[in-house]
Amino acid sequence: MSRAEQTRDRAQYGVCAVLALTGALVIADALRITHLTSSNDPIGPRPVPMLLGACLLAVAVAYGIDVARGGRGEPEAGEDVDLTTRVDWRTVLLLIGAFLLNAALIDWLGWVISGTILFWGSAFALGNRHHVRGLLIAVALALITFYAFAIGLGVNLPAGVLQGIL
Amino acid sequence: MDNLRLLLDGFANVASPGNLLVALIGVVAGTAVGVLPGIGPAMTVALLLPVTYGMDPTQAFILFAGIFYGGMYGGSTTSILLNTPGESSSVITSIEGNKMAKAGRAAQALATAAIGSFVAGTIATLALVLVTPVVVRFAVSLGAPDYFAIMLLAFVAVSATLGGSRVRGFASLLAGLVIGTVGIDGVTGQQRLTLGIPQLADGIDVVVVAVGIFAVGEALWVAAHLRRKAVPVVPVGRPWMGAEDWRRSWKPWLRGTALGFPFGALPAGGAEIPTFLSYATEKRLARRPEEFGNGAIEGVAGPEAANNASAAGTLVPMLAIGLPTTAVSAVMLAAFESYGIQPGPLLFERQPTLVWTLIASLFVGNLLLLVLNLPLAPAWARLLRIPRPYLYAGILFFASMGAYAVNAQPFDLILLLLLGLLGFGMRRFGLPVLPLIVGVILGPRAELQGRRSLQLSGGDLSGLLGGPVSYTIYAVILVLLAWPLIKRFVRRG
Repeated sequence: MSRAEQTRDRAQYGVCAVLALTGALVIADALRITHLTSSNDPIGPRPVPMLLGACLLAVAVAYGIDVARGGRGEPEAGEDVDLTTRVDWRTVLLLIGAFLLNAALIDWLGWVISGTILFWGSAFALGNRHHVRGLLIAVALALITFYAFAIGLGVNLPAGVLQGIL
Repeated sequence: MDNLRLLLDGFANVASPGNLLVALIGVVAGTAVGVLPGIGPAMTVALLLPVTYGMDPTQAFILFAGIFYGGMYGGSTTSILLNTPGESSSVITSIEGNKMAKAGRAAQALATAAIGSFVAGTIATLALVLVTPVVVRFAVSLGAPDYFAIMLLAFVAVSATLGGSRVRGFASLLAGLVIGTVGIDGVTGQQRLTLGIPQLADGIDVVVVAVGIFAVGEALWVAAHLRRKAVPVVPVGRPWMGAEDWRRSWKPWLRGTALGFPFGALPAGGAEIPTFLSYATEKRLARRPEEFGNGAIEGVAGPEAANNASAAGTLVPMLAIGLPTTAVSAVMLAAFESYGIQPGPLLFERQPTLVWTLIASLFVGNLLLLVLNLPLAPAWARLLRIPRPYLYAGILFFASMGAYAVNAQPFDLILLLLLGLLGFGMRRFGLPVLPLIVGVILGPRAELQGRRSLQLSGGDLSGLLGGPVSYTIYAVILVLLAWPLIKRFVRRG
């Protein structure tokens, strides 16, 4: 397939905008830093972010030119990826929801409960309709990982409200 | 023969029953996770990182060695039994491998992949034993400007790969470098890009970045385009090979190894080029080239050996210079750092036991893999049928667990999600993820070496130029950068 045969992917200009914005942010942040230099460190903390910011702006421009000339990045393929479909935002948003719920609840309810919610919610978002089986697997995984990692290997996982019960 | 003695000591360390068990767990877990569709070797290592948190470094390294080769082998099983592209390094294996599987020769394809991986892995690990000390001796003599130049070379080499879009590679690299800059500057104590968030003062943990980009990003990306119809899995019995298959396989194994190791060991490594070259070589040398495209065993044996040999090759720059050139070695390097271990020439001086135990366990893991995988192949094939909602829910579950366990703060989960969304965006727009990971890991070190060089020259930029080594490296960088121009010029002339 030549470049001209492919449909234009205008969303790529969004990537340019993000790159340029990041570049501007990095430069703005670097200007804020007090400029400290010493004989040990003649250039100080500022030049590197300044350079990165400038490079980001330059790459944003080059990217824009590439897109304008019909350049296109190939979306990544994979074993379970069907690129002929459109992005399924409902699934993605539900997954993000389950993920955020875990982040919000983990310290309070503990890993066993929040992890269960995360697994069950994600499986539901991805189209699992065996709710009871999903829940059983979720609880089993959360309990196994908690006992194996937190208690067995001493990894940091909170017990939360179940402290003293588990 | 000092190294030989150290290697034998390494074997003695691995040989205790407890450590052998750890090696076994590593191999089984690595293969099982690597077989799962959608999980490449880099994600395998990233997801299994938390398993090592509670272990002492030696055991953790033994486990890593197992996961390393197990994950590689698992990936090729997937590509033989499923006719869909997986990670780039096993794409070539899948061309002939899947054709063989469909023609009822899955057992032979898996066998030549398993035995070829073993042969290549063993020879390449031997080469690693011989080459690494030489590279270390060279690396010890290097100064800060030389290291700075080597890291710049790594940046350019991973971003401007053959065939890929350069502007996309550099965009990814810069994103990684910016992420690596976040936190308190080690020299002056100034906060950079922390946006006033106290949790960012210590910087963004590389493990969180790797898990976010590889695991969460991949899960979200697959979720957005999930194939609703199951991909057919080719049923398979116990792998075996007839005399004819052996006769046709052994030369491709050796040739694949010879191609794979040097490519892996170069700072511009990666498995794509050697696997492709091996495929092309086997096709040219084959007695019946017309079989290629219809399931030629040479087309599985050669690239699979090349893939494994190049993986072992990438450990040379990783251990000797601290330079990751593939996603897997980048994640391994991050794992080393979480133990406060800095790969590089001094590693061999300061922690010889650890390094040589790691190398010895590469041999052991490789052997265990061969012994296990031949009988276990049907079980691995069953893993391919795992319902996708559970698979990707499981990836998010383990990713969250691993990222939380690094610092025990929910903030890291938010960071993980943001990095996952970044990974999602990069997959959508075809930005390669390797430059980002290399940027995050090497960025801070390149800055350190650069500032150290300038310290020696009192701030004069000429301090970055160093001596003959860095001159040579800068010349290579220039050639790499100017390659499209040079190619056009040569073609015209």
